[in-house]
Amino acid sequence: MKLHAPSRRELLCGSGTLFGWAFLPKLAFAEGRDPRFLAIVLRGALDGLATVAPVGDPDWIALRGDEALIVGGKTPALPLDDFFAVNPAMPHLHGMFHDGEAIVLHACATPYRERSHFDGQDLLESGLPNAGPSTSGWLNRALAGLAPGGSINPKGSRVFAVGPVTPLIARGPAPVLSWSPQRIMPASEDTAARLLDLYRQSDLKLASVLEDSAKLAAIEQSGNMEMAQKPGGPGPAQIRAYFADAAGNAAKFLAQADGPRVGALALDGWDTHVNEGIAQGRLSQLLGALDEALNAIKINMGPAWSQTVVALATEFGRTARINGTDGTDHGTATVALLVGGALKGGRVLADWPGLKPANLYENRDLKPTTDLRAALKGVLKDHLRIDERALAQNVFRGSGGVKPMPGLVKAV
Amino acid sequence: MAASDQATVGPKAAVLALHRFGFGPAAGQIEAIASDPRGALLADLDRPSAGTLTADLPSSAQAARAVFDFQAERRAQQKLALRIQKAAETSGEMQADANPAMSEAAAMAEPNNGARPKQPPLPQELIFNEAKARFDAATDADIGFVERLVWFWSNHFCISADKIPAMAGPYEREAIRPHVLGRFGDLLQAVESHPAMLFFLDNVESMGPDSVAGINRDKGLNENLARETLELHTLGVRSGYSQADVTSFAKVLTGWTWIPPSEPERGGEFVFNKLLHEPGPQTVLGETYPDTGIDQGRAVLADVARHPATTEHMAQELAGHFIADTPPPTLVDKLTRSFKDSGGDLREVAKTLIGADESWTSQRQKLKTPAVWVASLLRVTGGQTLIPIGQIMNAQATLGEPLWRPPAPNGFSDTEAALIDGVPRRLDIANAFAARLAMVDPLALLQSSIGPLASKQTRDTIAHAETRRQAVALLAMAPEFLRS
Repeated sequence: MKLHAPSRRELLCGSGTLFGWAFLPKLAFAEGRDPRFLAIVLRGALDGLATVAPVGDPDWIALRGDEALIVGGKTPALPLDDFFAVNPAMPHLHGMFHDGEAIVLHACATPYRERSHFDGQDLLESGLPNAGPSTSGWLNRALAGLAPGGSINPKGSRVFAVGPVTPLIARGPAPVLSWSPQRIMPASEDTAARLLDLYRQSDLKLASVLEDSAKLAAIEQSGNMEMAQKPGGPGPAQIRAYFADAAGNAAKFLAQADGPRVGALALDGWDTHVNEGIAQGRLSQLLGALDEALNAIKINMGPAWSQTVVALATEFGRTARINGTDGTDHGTATVALLVGGALKGGRVLADWPGLKPANLYENRDLKPTTDLRAALKGVLKDHLRIDERALAQNVFRGSGGVKPMPGLVKAV
Repeated sequence: MAASDQATVGPKAAVLALHRFGFGPAAGQIEAIASDPRGALLADLDRPSAGTLTADLPSSAQAARAVFDFQAERRAQQKLALRIQKAAETSGEMQADANPAMSEAAAMAEPNNGARPKQPPLPQELIFNEAKARFDAATDADIGFVERLVWFWSNHFCISADKIPAMAGPYEREAIRPHVLGRFGDLLQAVESHPAMLFFLDNVESMGPDSVAGINRDKGLNENLARETLELHTLGVRSGYSQADVTSFAKVLTGWTWIPPSEPERGGEFVFNKLLHEPGPQTVLGETYPDTGIDQGRAVLADVARHPATTEHMAQELAGHFIADTPPPTLVDKLTRSFKDSGGDLREVAKTLIGADESWTSQRQKLKTPAVWVASLLRVTGGQTLIPIGQIMNAQATLGEPLWRPPAPNGFSDTEAALIDGVPRRLDIANAFAARLAMVDPLALLQSSIGPLASKQTRDTIAHAETRRQAVALLAMAPEFLRS
């Protein structure tokens, strides 16, 4: 059987780097398994409380008021258990959860306690305990750590990254195979809005040009004209298509018998400072797009879905309360999601800190009570059979005190 | 004395100079030249290799012949494929694989067919190589002032690759680069006698009505080159020349042509063909020039090059390109005088531009052209190694400035009025490029690209961006980075 290499068409927008990584998760293989793992980084800080709402918390509605998702609301949240319900934009995740294929980790956070996106993303992806420059990510080091025990096999695994730039999480000593979706998205509405804000403060002429172009784009959209590559940012349909394309294609590669076993991709756009649109609007659309992407992964994985774990994590959460512009600002704890047929799912894992002001972190954020690294280490240990000592010393350096969370994947 | 808003030393003056006269800073460069930005620009002019490219590229004539051969072969393949198809239809039973030699020819005729890796066709490959050499020169330059002068003069004396793809790059290397710090008169001679220009502005079609060829073929003048030389390249529109001057000048220029690229030895080279040349003396701008063959045209060009209207036109354009769409008249006067006093020495004129206090105004009155803006972004991020030249060219085209493909002989506009509506599109390009550049530290990038000029609003916007990618895109779009 030949190694799968992305076709020329698939590589057109990619970085063009193409390396094989021929080591395989030997111990897992020895158990008769062929595990797949995909990490999805949600950059921009996902609002965990708007994704999976603590509808059973007595302080929930007081905290978020009209923006609080509730099970009996106009757009009812979808119940996961007696306490938590998922955003109505995510029916597929809801279905996976009840089929035992999804785990929600709540009040979860990396060790990072500041609120800078760049540092927070670095720390999430580097797996290091402190912010600072890093040249490698935990996923890559995890696979590199497999090398001494693995055997060279042309059918083996390799790190696989989706996107025009290899995300930090996948960078490092293990060679990386990268693929990039064909679709080149225009700049997001959010980027355009930030730029417009800057121009309004510093260059009115440029502001007026940017405003006019946004108006034109709006007219084109209302007239149902072709939206692709028009100024004014991608519409919901384009975001959905991009997310599903990126994630779905990653799954297609991972599903191949001779394809990579481990992949990573990043989906941006979660920084919802203004008009967050939790039940209807921006976040709702983004979560809907993410939900479609998860479904695309499941479909494209085919039979390999039963051997799959997908981990979704963001750099930090958002403020527990809604801010003055109907959005939320940078916070601390949030949700992380695990989906895949290899999971012992259908559970929300949370040491719930409560939502009373005294229970909030610095009286503003959901308090972190679960270390994201514990969950990731649990998956790497039980799913890919990565050695616990390597996890503590090399993959998530200095995380010896954070034990791998047991029992996340089905016992073999 | 320089007024306080015309500082010529310090980090602010340095970053301003790099954006205004170069392609923006490379990393670390602001500090490197802060003690003497003006001196750094002057030193750029005095580099021995200033304006030259190191890449080994074919001459315009070689490229023209290669493209001619390529197109001839392709036509033959297509005809052959058609012949095979017809034969198959007639015989009705001929199998595609019955004749391996013929089916291979048929496959060659359809290069997109089959699994072979697709090579770019030769004309495109030539342009890619030329564009890469040019773009690398901009991003790798110490300062880039001389490269900016190359881009300026190349646009001023533009041709279009749409009409003559093989020669677009070679023309710039052969006619423009050797003279950007030389005499304007020599630059003009090189440009107007270059085969690319003679073909682009149709002079290869022109013949004297009373020339041997004109009489025999019953053909005559094409005024295009003569008119554009006076209107665009030298005197400027409404500067006092008449239709009679244009017609006479066109007659002077008859016989300035090329050897057709189909000629295997010297095809694509310039030639003066006296059989096409209008005999007799001609009067242009009040001066009568005896028929001295090719020298008649050289004499007219020499006089036109030092005409006062030309001097002022060039001064106006230079100041308009680098300093402000409506440049200060005092600056135009200085450049005009420098041009005149030095006999059109473009190095002296460039020095005058750098020396003038008006050039150091802290007001950023120019919107960077798309190509300069793209080069600035890739230069400061080191991104030229990450983004293939084809994508860079696509970006320029998307922004309305396709390399060497101006819509008309007056080249691309460099005024804000023409460019500002394209700014929203730059955001999409910035966003797409930023995805490749996302490993850079945005705040460090802010420091190294616009540092001392950055407003608090810009700093805040970059610092609060959602991702590195967004930060880089916003930085590329910041007023301090767009305007120079």
